[in-house]
Amino acid sequence: MSELVTKSAADLSELLGAGTISAVELTNAHYERINALDGKVHAFLYLDTEGALAQASKVDKARANGEKLSPLAGIPLGLKDIVVQEGVPTTCGSKILEGWRPPYDATVTTRLKDAGVVILGKTNCDEFAMGSSTENSAYGPTHNPWDLSRIPGGSGGGSSAALAAFFAPLAIGTDTGGSIRQPAAVTGTVGVKPTYGGVSRYGLVAFSSSLDQAGPCARTVLDAALLHEAIAGHDPMDATSINAPVPQVVAAAKMRDVKGMRIGVVKELGGEGYQAGVRQRFEESVAMLEELGAEIVEVSCPHFEYALPAYYLIAPSECSSNLARFDAMRFGLRVGDENGRSAEEVMNLTRDAGFGPEVKRRIILGTYALSSGYYDAYYGSAQKVRTLIMRDFDAAYQKVDVLVSPTSPTTAFKIGEKANDPIAMYLNDIATIPVNLAGNGGMSIPCGLAPEDGLPVGFQIISPAMKDDLMYRVGGALEAALNDKWGGSMISQIPALESALMTGGVA
Amino acid sequence: MTGISREDVAHLGKLARIELGEAEIDQLTEQLGVILSAVARVQEIAGADVPGTSHPLPLVNVTRPDVTKASLTNEQALSGAPATDQERFKVPQILGEEA
Repeated sequence: MSELVTKSAADLSELLGAGTISAVELTNAHYERINALDGKVHAFLYLDTEGALAQASKVDKARANGEKLSPLAGIPLGLKDIVVQEGVPTTCGSKILEGWRPPYDATVTTRLKDAGVVILGKTNCDEFAMGSSTENSAYGPTHNPWDLSRIPGGSGGGSSAALAAFFAPLAIGTDTGGSIRQPAAVTGTVGVKPTYGGVSRYGLVAFSSSLDQAGPCARTVLDAALLHEAIAGHDPMDATSINAPVPQVVAAAKMRDVKGMRIGVVKELGGEGYQAGVRQRFEESVAMLEELGAEIVEVSCPHFEYALPAYYLIAPSECSSNLARFDAMRFGLRVGDENGRSAEEVMNLTRDAGFGPEVKRRIILGTYALSSGYYDAYYGSAQKVRTLIMRDFDAAYQKVDVLVSPTSPTTAFKIGEKANDPIAMYLNDIATIPVNLAGNGGMSIPCGLAPEDGLPVGFQIISPAMKDDLMYRVGGALEAALNDKWGGSMISQIPALESALMTGGVA
Repeated sequence: MTGISREDVAHLGKLARIELGEAEIDQLTEQLGVILSAVARVQEIAGADVPGTSHPLPLVNVTRPDVTKASLTNEQALSGAPATDQERFKVPQILGEEA
């Protein structure tokens, strides 16, 4: 394995800046590893080799000409297949969009390109980002590089697996109920859901518009911060984009100081239902933050236990409306257009053939929750719960600067283990969902391996809206202290993929 | 258990424009029953005095100056269409008459 692929984006940026390596060389090193090993992992759905090498070459030329470049110029990245990229197939993990080449770039994509980032390809995900394991991808599951028989989290399992497999130092995710943070937790990587509205949603294929948020995925907190600053900021193309300066997350990630910060441990996000090793690593990390000079306070958010049911009404309701655009008329799949069938019949046949079981389940559930006679009882009640959850956060932030919890109640489970039990699958996001409902920022960083199974555990840090810098400050400090304790990063302990055997679900 | 019948699911499939198969309807009826009884818990705390929240941000209307901007070309807009005819989207018959 080339040593280049294990380095952080920040370190690679220095090597590129100093002319020690070229962007083309770096890009090729990553493709070499992907081509050798992605057959085992299945992190990518599409590799844009030509486009990536052209971008790398452009960056190298610009650097040779002495142009001032962004810190991420020449750094390779995996783009979740929910985000559109002009001319590059975007499927959202669905058969209904198979072969579709978007005629435009998402704002996130434009900003990556403008920063000189090299987009290696599109990463696998649960269909339309609906799932917690990437098993709902119509193109087959992604395997967790820590143990190929296990899930890499979801919906952004392709992005998290690409990072853990050293296929890319950076990736983009989207987080509607935990789809950046839970995959980060179970793969020992870093994932950040910025404040809602902090990163433009223009060009993200919509699942649940009041919850969806794109964000950075990386192997270090600083790398996530660098990517965060590259993609964040106001965008006139997204009416919900926040028109305010981007929080100084890079500076915060470098502070490594939590003295005097008040950190709230959410009583309701822990205890029963959380794996013993997850609880242990979480508690050790909290103790470490206290040693570093933070004040630890237990806070109660009594309505959080209703977040999961509220989410599984709000998200499907919005999804049933958003996914109406897949109508077999203007783009994507069309089946059954023969024998004089009507547009409506063709539409019905296409949507049955093109959507997978989880997407159908959510569309039907959302259609029910929004239908006349049930609207007040379901969707209306869920909106009220959303208010109560936001009030819980507001009350908590009266006492503390940030909140913390385990990111996910368990470590990575086996592929297939929960595939036929929707409720068991939904419980994966029990600690991440409240953050989406309130629009706060949330981050997951690795906090150790669970003693019982040797698999990564994620530590979640939640910050108030538009104070994303606070979670980066805590994340950066905790990461540094943990690395000191371990004598290196957690990801460096991952078993070699070269010798890993293919087991579990068939890709 | 919240009551959702097979007929309800079949009707929802029609509303959602998905031609559900018989086996799919059976499975969805069972699963939706379980999911609905789990999510119905929201009603326990949704008091009449609690206002609903539809969005995490206070939304304001956003406008831009009314000036012409570049947009997709015809060719780009039609590039992903399942069928086209004379620079237009070609769709199946919409009125239900014989073809």
